Amino acid sequence: MSVGIVGYGAYVPRFRITSREIARVWGQDPKTMQEGLLIEEKSVPDIDEDTITISIEASKNAFLRAGIRPKEIGAVYIGSESHPYAVKPSGTVVAEALGIGPEVSVVDTEFACRAGTTSMFICCGLVKAGYINYGLAIGADTSQGMPGDALEYSAAAGGAAFIIGGKNVIATIDGWFSFVTDTADFWRRDGQEYPRHAARFTGEPSYFRHVMEACKGLMGKTGLKPSDFSYAVFHTPNGKFPLKAGKSLGFTGEQLKDNLLVSKIGNTYSGASPLVLSCVLDKAKPGEKIMVTSYGSGAGSDSFCLTVTEDIKSKQDKARKTMDYVADREEIDYARYVRLRGKIKQ
Amino acid sequence: MHTSSVPLYWRLQKSKYGLFGTKCLSCNTHFYPPKPLCSECRRKGRVVEHQFSGKGKILTFTIIRTAPEGFEKQAPYAIGIIELDEGAKIAGQIVGPFERLATGKRVRPVFRKIYEDSDDGIIHYGMKFVIDGKS
Repeated sequence: MSVGIVGYGAYVPRFRITSREIARVWGQDPKTMQEGLLIEEKSVPDIDEDTITISIEASKNAFLRAGIRPKEIGAVYIGSESHPYAVKPSGTVVAEALGIGPEVSVVDTEFACRAGTTSMFICCGLVKAGYINYGLAIGADTSQGMPGDALEYSAAAGGAAFIIGGKNVIATIDGWFSFVTDTADFWRRDGQEYPRHAARFTGEPSYFRHVMEACKGLMGKTGLKPSDFSYAVFHTPNGKFPLKAGKSLGFTGEQLKDNLLVSKIGNTYSGASPLVLSCVLDKAKPGEKIMVTSYGSGAGSDSFCLTVTEDIKSKQDKARKTMDYVADREEIDYARYVRLRGKIKQ
Repeated sequence: MHTSSVPLYWRLQKSKYGLFGTKCLSCNTHFYPPKPLCSECRRKGRVVEHQFSGKGKILTFTIIRTAPEGFEKQAPYAIGIIELDEGAKIAGQIVGPFERLATGKRVRPVFRKIYEDSDDGIIHYGMKFVIDGKS
């Protein structure tokens, strides 16, 4: 039985704040910040948007493409590090609003920016084992960055949803490899408003080690090599990391270019590699292979590969595409940004 | 701070999350919020549940600048009366830039937070509307 993606959908809030504007407020050099991170601007959620609303809008697009009934979904897993409630699952609201269940398995997952792809992995396993016909896996975040911290240039909002099943798949999921260690590069303690990070330590021993090992593990397991893939999707904490990791592994600029979605919307955390994947699926052709590698601080990576099927052609135009959301933008200044993000204490 | 009844929110959840109303099979009149009885056909009516697509057009709108309790942080925001494609009329927030607003414009539904019962209370979700297309 070939398991894969039956439908997918993206959602990105429409407000944007530029790196130039953030640098202006903190007296930093905008060129240095922009070129250092390869982020021109990032998405900002409206005051009435959160991980739940983003998950629902992305899932509505996934249902339009999948063409299945909500009651056929047997599992809903939402990966995020910004669930609106500390105790009360986001998945309950998402399932109820979409008409899924009540006979359904629902749980919120958390593994920094990796929880979205891990939710996909769990759904794949349940479909393959025959426990469910379809599972809805979502990666979404409205991530937080402390004012003045480097994270403020990247921490953004958005998400993507995938319906995983065994029939009429638009892309088969052909292999999977995960790599996890105890590496504290970025964390947020319980009750704290903002995360902390270990600055440059987030690079070599953290992002690069886990991403590279997961990719090498996947290629070793499947016998595939970089030239077999049309696209290589990575977690995008900024624009530089995915390009550097991809090139070290032997991928070309052409295979990696979609990762630069981050330069237009910022780092959407659990939504990051899922959104680049949705962007690739919007234009992928039958027969093309895609490699996806997520990264979550703490730390771990999932790497998996897909092969696009003929069925994708009839699905791509059934819902709004990722770049439609990227193009629908309204620029805001820092004052409006702090108001929308609740950074003004009243 | 504005607070509300959790059981009331729970009871209205289905109609607010999924735009579930009713329709009369005898005269094809649609109702939102749901009505158990058709006001046209009275006892001859046959009323059943109906899920609205949420697509429709703006009949009228206004900008709320002095918001009621619980909505202050969202102000200014637009509220409109939407005529749904099935004929029922519904009042709701219209998100997006005010310059896109005009009577007669097509809208589609979007799922958003409606308001929050304080920082430690429940979050109320439901449908708002957004102008359809890039107009």
